[in-house]
Amino acid sequence: MTAGTLISPATSNKAAMVMLWASASIAVLILTFILGYILIRGIGVVNLSFLLGSPRLSGAEGGVLPAIVGTFCLMVVAMLSAVPIGIGAAIYLAEYAPKSVMTGIITFGVECLAGVPSIVIGLFGYAFLVIYLGFGFSIISGGLALMFMVLPWIVRVSEESIKAVPMGIREGSFALGATKWQTMWRVVLPGAVPGIMTGVILGVGKAIGETAVIMFTAGSSLLMPSSLFDPVRALPYHLYILASEGISDQMAYGSSVVLLAMVLLINLAAIAIQKRYGRQYGRK
Amino acid sequence: MTQKLGERIIEAFLFVSAATAVTVVAMITIFLVREGLPVIVKVGVANFGLGMKWNPIAMTGEPSYGIFPMIVASFYVAIGSLVLAVPLGLACAVFLAEIAPAGVRSIIKHAVELLVGIPSVILGFVGLVLLVPFIRDHFGGWGFSILACSIILAIMALPRIISVSDDAIRAVPKDYKEASFALGATHWYTIRKVIVPSARSGIVAAVILAMATSIGETMAVLMVAGNVSMLPSPIYDILDPVRPMTANIALEMNYATGDHAQALFATGVVLFIVVAVLDAISHKALKSKMGVER
Amino acid sequence: MVENKIEVESRGLNLWYGDMQALKDITITMPENKVTAIIGPSGCGKSTFIRCINRMNDLIKDCRVTGELLFEGRNVYDKSVDAVLLRKKIGMVFQKPNPFPMSIYDNIAYGPRLHGTRNKEELDRIVEDALKSSALWHEIHDKLDRSALDLSGGQQQRLCIARTLAVKPKVILFDEPCSALDPISTAKIEDLIGNLKRDYTIVIVTHNMQQAARVSDYTAFFLLGELVEFGKTKQIFEMPEKKSTEDYITGRFG
Ligand SMILES: Nc1ncnc2c1ncn2[C@@H]1O[C@H](COP(=O)(O)OP(=O)(O)O)[C@@H](O)[C@H]1O
Ligand SMILES: [Mg+2]
Repeated sequence: MTAGTLISPATSNKAAMVMLWASASIAVLILTFILGYILIRGIGVVNLSFLLGSPRLSGAEGGVLPAIVGTFCLMVVAMLSAVPIGIGAAIYLAEYAPKSVMTGIITFGVECLAGVPSIVIGLFGYAFLVIYLGFGFSIISGGLALMFMVLPWIVRVSEESIKAVPMGIREGSFALGATKWQTMWRVVLPGAVPGIMTGVILGVGKAIGETAVIMFTAGSSLLMPSSLFDPVRALPYHLYILASEGISDQMAYGSSVVLLAMVLLINLAAIAIQKRYGRQYGRK
Repeated sequence: MTQKLGERIIEAFLFVSAATAVTVVAMITIFLVREGLPVIVKVGVANFGLGMKWNPIAMTGEPSYGIFPMIVASFYVAIGSLVLAVPLGLACAVFLAEIAPAGVRSIIKHAVELLVGIPSVILGFVGLVLLVPFIRDHFGGWGFSILACSIILAIMALPRIISVSDDAIRAVPKDYKEASFALGATHWYTIRKVIVPSARSGIVAAVILAMATSIGETMAVLMVAGNVSMLPSPIYDILDPVRPMTANIALEMNYATGDHAQALFATGVVLFIVVAVLDAISHKALKSKMGVER
Repeated sequence: MVENKIEVESRGLNLWYGDMQALKDITITMPENKVTAIIGPSGCGKSTFIRCINRMNDLIKDCRVTGELLFEGRNVYDKSVDAVLLRKKIGMVFQKPNPFPMSIYDNIAYGPRLHGTRNKEELDRIVEDALKSSALWHEIHDKLDRSALDLSGGQQQRLCIARTLAVKPKVILFDEPCSALDPISTAKIEDLIGNLKRDYTIVIVTHNMQQAARVSDYTAFFLLGELVEFGKTKQIFEMPEKKSTEDYITGRFG
């Protein structure tokens, strides 16, 4: 501590505290700045005809409804498949699997999948879903590829929430002659629901904002889909195309605002649920 | 008896669910290798991994598939982002864990959670419309650059580093801190000499994980990197454009065919391996810490 | 002296947690409609023993049992015995009250519903009976739809007893049911146990000597996983045969 010999510990302590306050302020400022900038530039573009209109001239004019619908469809397919499988996996890991080689492998698999870069999941989705299974560029291909991405997340939060339910509750149920599944279904899962809900909602947020996974699985059609096997262009991909191909900055700002609003609302909902129910079992 | 059977069926279903993730990982590996390996074999591992020239659609002569500049670019921008994000993130984490009043802490915590949720394509877009022109006007060059990439990736990495480091710091037993205070140390001295060192392995794990995430990130880099598949020259010129591996795949997959498409899958294989290795190191760092604590 | 029929009996029972033997050759008989107390210093295997009776130890990995534990003339560790059905007949109340996070009514109706009772009137009747038997009815009959978590600790514990009664078991196991409660709640539960033995066979673990003396008919003293002495409570407390029993009862250790 060379400075200590020149400056008193009290002074350097003070200086450090100022620096720490400053860093935190910078971090918050960056966030506010990014959000603020997008909002200010884009809010003027967003109106009903933008939200409910169809794009014209590759999106240079008109609205973004097909992209919103596309995003929504992809998200629904992803969550409808990821949530049951994810919760099932979490129950198995938390309650059924003895600490065995099998659990080790499964947990390892979940961790691995969580680490796979989204563009690689996109490649896999293209090779497996689009080409191999012949689903083509479609909602189903994009949705399932997104499922691969959110699945580990759902497993992890569900497992945590299930494990946070106190052991005593389970014992109470078993002691009344309940089977494992009855105990799980009637007392453990209800106790874990708030945590799982928070996780699922955050998962929805991830799915909505994701681009690399759906780039070459969902297609880039700007038409309204009429079946699961129709291609769609998700809103984030639409934004990417608008911006990178220089089609229209205005429309890109507007799309950003819509996307941001969706994601922020979802995250706020998750925070609210956590606040409201998170303490049921006094989780940290 | 029917109850028993029901329980068995449910357990079987749960097992299948649990096995899904492993199955998907296995299939990803199989498909990537199946699609990517032939071209690596064809051009040779060295020519692929260490080749300097990426020219998949050669008008005359043989196409070449060298991804060395992209591997370098991936690491370059990721490390650049850490240089920016780690000091700031760590300072924020210390602030949150040690100094912030409860109200401020909860606001910043939530802000950080929201920052995690911002889609990377939006950060890329902000980079494209704000950062790239800013760099072009104030530092020179084209604007699309290693620097732009690193800054955007740093913004993405920041919240993750903050929240994991915050957890690690808060996990340090209170006794350490009290003991240090009791010896007459200032708060800052205690933070530097006791608290942060005790949380070190958790923080290291967070940093490595952040690096893996940055290397695997696509949209944010794609929109600001410039996507030129050459090494920067001179190598330390952070204002030069680069093409990280993820951007390479995203840019060309839509029209690639034959060997070219396979070369993109092969790029995916390399990316997959790099990220998996970093993840493994990060897990190791966390695990080894647990071992000491028990 | 008329001896009651033996309801539960352990014969040469051993239990291991991994490599650690927690119960060594335990032989006790627990007569019908009597209260049998298990006493001993903390860690001597009281909970472990009582959890053998309804096979709660099945939930613990690496737990191995040898010897016999007889209930209704059958070894409960026999392969043909279904632990789930067994627990229906042998209820348990735990050290820490563990009401489910649902309404008071649903807590009590949980067991009957599990075992197939769907009829609303019947459930109502079961809930009322159970609450009356556990001396809770007059306190909470008008707030049955409130969350069980809002009750006081003592009320929660009596709710857990009511919940057990609603399944109509033959035996009720109590594992230190009062150790988390205040003296007044403790007295209420002790009274309750005194009443319950008319209809149920009761086994209670306690580290409170006075409690054992007050509520039980038979007492077993455990030490380090072994049964030191077993007999009529009066005899164990007034003229124990073993030195270590006397030392423990007079508070010289434990
Ligand atoms: N689930 C378990 N796994 C391993 N050892 C255990 C477990 N439960 C209890 N034990 C050990 O078995 C012994 C008896 O414990 P327990 O039956 O809980 O004692 P008591 O209820 O008399 O205080 C103790 O040494 C305890 O550490
Ligand atoms: Mg005990």
